[in-house]
Amino acid sequence: MNVVTPFEGIGASVRRKEDLRFLSGRGQYTDDLNRPGQAYAWILRSPHPHARIRGIDTGAAAAMPGVLAVFTGKDMAEAGVGGLPCGWQVHNKDGSPMAEPPHPVLALDKVRHVGDPVAVVVAETRAQARDAAEAIAVDYEVLPAAVNMAQALAPGAPQLHEGAPGNLCYDWHIGDKAVVDAAFARAHKVARLELVNNRLIPNAMEPRAAIGEYDRGTGDYTLWTTSQNPHVIRLLMGAYVLHIPESRLRVIAPDVGGGFGSKIYHYAEEAIVTWAAGRLERPVKWTADRSESFVSDAHGRDHVTTAELALDQDGKILGLRVSTLANMGAYLSTFAPCIPTYLYATLLAGVYTTPAIYCEVKAVFTNTVPVDAYRGAGRPEATFLLERLMDVAAMETGIDRIELRRRNFIGSEQFPYQTPVALQYDSGNYHATLDQALKAADWAGFEARRAEARRRGKLRGIGVSTYIEACGIAPSAVVGSLGARAGLYEVGTIRVHPTGSVTVLTGAHSHGQGHETTFAQLVADKLGVPIAQVEVVHGDTGKVPFGMGTYGSRSLAVGGSAMVKAMDKIIAKGKRIAAHLLEASVEDIEFERGEFRVAGTDKKKTLAEISLAAYVPHNYPIEELEPGLEETAFYDPKNFTFPAGCHVAEVEIDPETGRTQVVNFTAVDDVGRVINPMIVEGQVQGGVAQGIGQALLEACVYDENGQLLSGSMMDYTMPRADDLPPVGVATHTTLCTHNPLGVKGCGEVGAIGAPPAVINAVVDALKEYGVRHVEMPATPERIWRIINANRPRMAAE
Amino acid sequence: MYEFAYHKPSSVADAVKLLSADPEARPIAGGHTLLPALKHRLARPTALVDLSGIAELRGIRREGDKVVIGALARHAEVANSDAVKGAIPALARLAGTIGDVQVRNRGTLGGSVANNDPAADYPAAVLGLGATVVTDRRRIAADDFFTGMFSTALEPGELLVAIEFPIPEKAGYAKMKNPASRYVMTGAFVSRGPQGVRVAINGAGPCVFRQREMEAALAANWSPDAVANIRQSPDGLNSDIHGSAEYRAHLVTVMAKRAVADAG
Repeated sequence: MNVVTPFEGIGASVRRKEDLRFLSGRGQYTDDLNRPGQAYAWILRSPHPHARIRGIDTGAAAAMPGVLAVFTGKDMAEAGVGGLPCGWQVHNKDGSPMAEPPHPVLALDKVRHVGDPVAVVVAETRAQARDAAEAIAVDYEVLPAAVNMAQALAPGAPQLHEGAPGNLCYDWHIGDKAVVDAAFARAHKVARLELVNNRLIPNAMEPRAAIGEYDRGTGDYTLWTTSQNPHVIRLLMGAYVLHIPESRLRVIAPDVGGGFGSKIYHYAEEAIVTWAAGRLERPVKWTADRSESFVSDAHGRDHVTTAELALDQDGKILGLRVSTLANMGAYLSTFAPCIPTYLYATLLAGVYTTPAIYCEVKAVFTNTVPVDAYRGAGRPEATFLLERLMDVAAMETGIDRIELRRRNFIGSEQFPYQTPVALQYDSGNYHATLDQALKAADWAGFEARRAEARRRGKLRGIGVSTYIEACGIAPSAVVGSLGARAGLYEVGTIRVHPTGSVTVLTGAHSHGQGHETTFAQLVADKLGVPIAQVEVVHGDTGKVPFGMGTYGSRSLAVGGSAMVKAMDKIIAKGKRIAAHLLEASVEDIEFERGEFRVAGTDKKKTLAEISLAAYVPHNYPIEELEPGLEETAFYDPKNFTFPAGCHVAEVEIDPETGRTQVVNFTAVDDVGRVINPMIVEGQVQGGVAQGIGQALLEACVYDENGQLLSGSMMDYTMPRADDLPPVGVATHTTLCTHNPLGVKGCGEVGAIGAPPAVINAVVDALKEYGVRHVEMPATPERIWRIINANRPRMAAE
Repeated sequence: MYEFAYHKPSSVADAVKLLSADPEARPIAGGHTLLPALKHRLARPTALVDLSGIAELRGIRREGDKVVIGALARHAEVANSDAVKGAIPALARLAGTIGDVQVRNRGTLGGSVANNDPAADYPAAVLGLGATVVTDRRRIAADDFFTGMFSTALEPGELLVAIEFPIPEKAGYAKMKNPASRYVMTGAFVSRGPQGVRVAINGAGPCVFRQREMEAALAANWSPDAVANIRQSPDGLNSDIHGSAEYRAHLVTVMAKRAVADAG
C-alpha cells in the first residue's frame, strides 16, 4: 500500500473529491432519482395567510385524468397520521412550558400562512397532479391576519392557535435582571439601539424534494429526501408522524444542493409522500418549484430588538440589557424555539468581559412561513446587535471603536472564560485576530482611500466586527437540560477493508461542505491511507449506524471527533494484531503513518497487512480478538466550540442613488485547527456572501394582508457575483481544547461576522449625516432617504 | 405550463395568418416574458407561433441615415453589431447591459418592444431616438407606439417586423437596475439629432415616457447641468418594494444627468 504523502493530511489544500461528479453533472440529487412505477404529488397550498376551512371538495380533482388519489388533512388525521413535532421545548420566565400548538401535516380546520399545505394530489404525471390540484374547491372563510409581531401581540389581534393565547409562544429570559439594572444605575454612559434583524429566505440552489416508497413484500418504507440529517428525519417522522419503527423505515439523503439550515427540519412533504406511497403502493415523488420554496422552506432571522449597553467612564462595559421579539411564523418548525434563546442570548457576551447580561425574548406566532435556523442561527442576530452597539457606544463615548473593543476584550490569558450567560469559552485570541485583520485590510491607510473616493463623488466607509459564535453542538446533557429533545453527539464508523482501503460511515451530512474530502484527509492523516482509497458514506440510515446530521458547523468538531475515536479503536486493535504477528508485546507496538512497528526495530506491518490478517485470520489471536477491522464510536462533545474572529468591510456609497458597493472585505477567523485551507476559505467566502446579502440585499417582505411580496428572485435580492468584493480570508489558530482535533468549525463564521462589519462601514460612510444606525438590508432607497432627509439639516448648520 | 399547440411558420404572412385566425394564439421570439408566464400558469395561450424560422425578421443593416434592426435580432447581436456600434453606440451599449449573457443570447428586440414592459430597456431607446416601428402592415412612430403598461399600438395579429432607428448626433443611456431582477428601476435615454432633442424615461412609470421639461432644457444647453435641477413629479410613477415613486422621481434626474454625460 502506498504511504500517504504529507500533502493529503491535515493542513493540505486537497482538491475536493466530490467536485468531479458535481461539476460534470454526475451528482445524484433526489429529483434525479426515479423509482419504477413512480407517481407524482402536487401540494395544494393556501393562498390566504389566515382562513378557516369550511370544506374541501376533491370530487372534480379525483375524476381528472391520471389522478390516483387526492388526500386532505382529514384523510391523514383519520388514518392516524400525527402532526409535525418540535424538537426543542423552551420554558417561560415562570417555568411553565412554551405554547406548542399542533402542526398538522395538511391543514385541518385552518390555514395559517400563504403556502400552508391544504391537500395533495397524486397522479401519473406531475402536470396531471398540478392540473387536478387546481380543480380542488376549498371553501375558505378568510380571517384577519397577524402579519407582523407588533400586530400579533396587540390586544384584540387575530389568534392563530387556540393553545397560544395572545399569539405568544414563550416569554423567556436569561441572566440576572437585578444585577444588570444595578450596573445600569451606576453607568457613565448608556448606548441604546433599536434594531431589526431582517427576515431571510434561504434559497438553497436545489429546491426541496422527496420520494416515498413502500415495499408490500417486506412492509418497508424508504424516503429519499433533501435533508441535512436523515437519521433525525427517520426518528421524527417514524416515531411521531407516521408511527413506523426505525427497522421498517430507511431515509436516504443523497447528494443535496445546499441547505444553510433550511433542510434540517422535518417537513410535511416528507411525511406526505411516504404515507401516500404506503396507501397507493406506488413510489410517490414531490419536487418543489422555486415559487413553492419561497413559501414552504423555513425562513430565517426576523427579530425586533431593543438593546442597551452600560459603560463606565473608561469605556469598560458594565452591563447589557436586551429585549427581543422573535418571529416563529405560523407553526413551530423543528428547532425554532432554541434559535432565539440558547443560540442567541447565550452569545451576548461576545468577545467582551461584560459582567452582567440580561436578555428577555418573546417568541411570537404570526401568519407567515415558519422561521427556524438559517446559516448562523441566532448567532448572527446576537453578533449584529452587539457589534452595532459597540460602534454606537464608541460614538457616544468618543472612544475609538477599535480601542473600545480592545478595552473590553477577554484576554487570551483568561481562558477558560465563564460568561454570565451560561457559556464557557475554551480558547481564543481576540487581539490577535483583530490585529491581523486591521493589518490585512490596511485600516491605517483608510482615510486616504476615503479622501480619494470623495474626489470621485463617493462616500467611503470602513467597518469592523469582532465576533464569536458557538458551534460544535453540543453536549447532550447540557442541551437536554435546556429543552432539547434529542442528543447531539455524532457517530462515526471506520471500516478498514481486507486490502487496506477504508470506508468511513458518518452521521454528518454533506450538502456542499466538502466532507468527502475533509473526512478522507482525517483518515489519511491518522491511518496513512491515501484519500483516493478512502470512501466517505453519509446520508443513508440503511448504511450509517446513526447520526444527528450537519448544522451549526458541527460536522468536523463532532462528527470528525467521532471518526478520530473510531480510528483510535482501529489502531488499538491493529496493535494487538501486529503484536501477535510480530511476536512482540502490545506495549512495544507503535503506529505511525500507516505502519505498525516494534519500537526501536525495523520490524513492521502495514495497515493493509494487519487488515488482511484480521479478515483472513489464519495466523491471528482468535482466542482473544474478534476477526475484522471495523470500529464505531459515538462522540458526545464536552463543550461547544467557539470560533471567533474579526471581519473588516469597506464600502462605497453613491450618494446620488444610495447604492452601496462593498469594495473590500477581510476576514480573519479562528476556526481552530484547519484541515483543508482551501475548503475553509470557500466556506468563509460563501458565508460572507450570505452576510453581505443580509446586510445590503435580502429582504423578505410581506404586505399588510400577509401576501409574500418577495416571493421570487424577481423581488428577493439574492447576492450575485457582481455584488461581492474580493474577500480576503486568513486564519489565526488557537486550538479547541476539548475535542481531539482541536477544531472549532467554519461554516457559519462568514454569515455571522459580515453583516455588522458591512453596516458599521455604511454608518461610517454616512457619518457626516449624523447617522447612528442603518437597518438591514441597506437598500439604495433606504440610504438615499437617509441622505435626503439629513442633507437640508446639514446645509442649515 | 398548460398544453398548447405549436406552430413554426417560415414567413411573416404565415405567422400573421396563424395569429389572426386564433386570437388566443401568441407569437414567441426569445420567450423571456412569455415562458415564465407559461411556467407560472399565468398565461394560457391556445397556441404558440414560434417566429424563429422567419428569415425576414432577422438582420441588422444601415440604410442611409438610419439603422434598421429586424425584430428577431438578439440583444447580443445588437450589442456586437458594427453597424449599430458605428452609428448609434449608445444603442449598442444599452443592448449590452440587458440582463445577463444568457438573456442577451435569447432575448430579441422585437419581443422586448412589443411586450413594452415598463422595466425593459429597449423602449427607452425606441422613444428616445424617435424610431419607427415597422409591422407587417404599417409604420408606427415611436411617439404613437407605446400606449401604456404592457400595451402598444399593435393590433391583434399584427406583427412587429423591424425597427428603424434614425442616427443621432449624440445619444446616451443610463439606468439604475432593480437589485433583484436587474430590470430597469429607472432609466433615461437621451439623444439629439434628426428627431430633435429627446429624453425618454423607462422603469419609473407604468410606460416609457418623454420628459419634455428636460428636453427643452437640453435643447437650450446640452449638458448634464441643464437637467440636474429639473425635478420629476412622483405623481403616477411606479412604486414597489425596491423603489417608491419619490425615489424613482429622484432617479429620473440622476439618470438623465448621467445619460447626457454618457452621450458626451
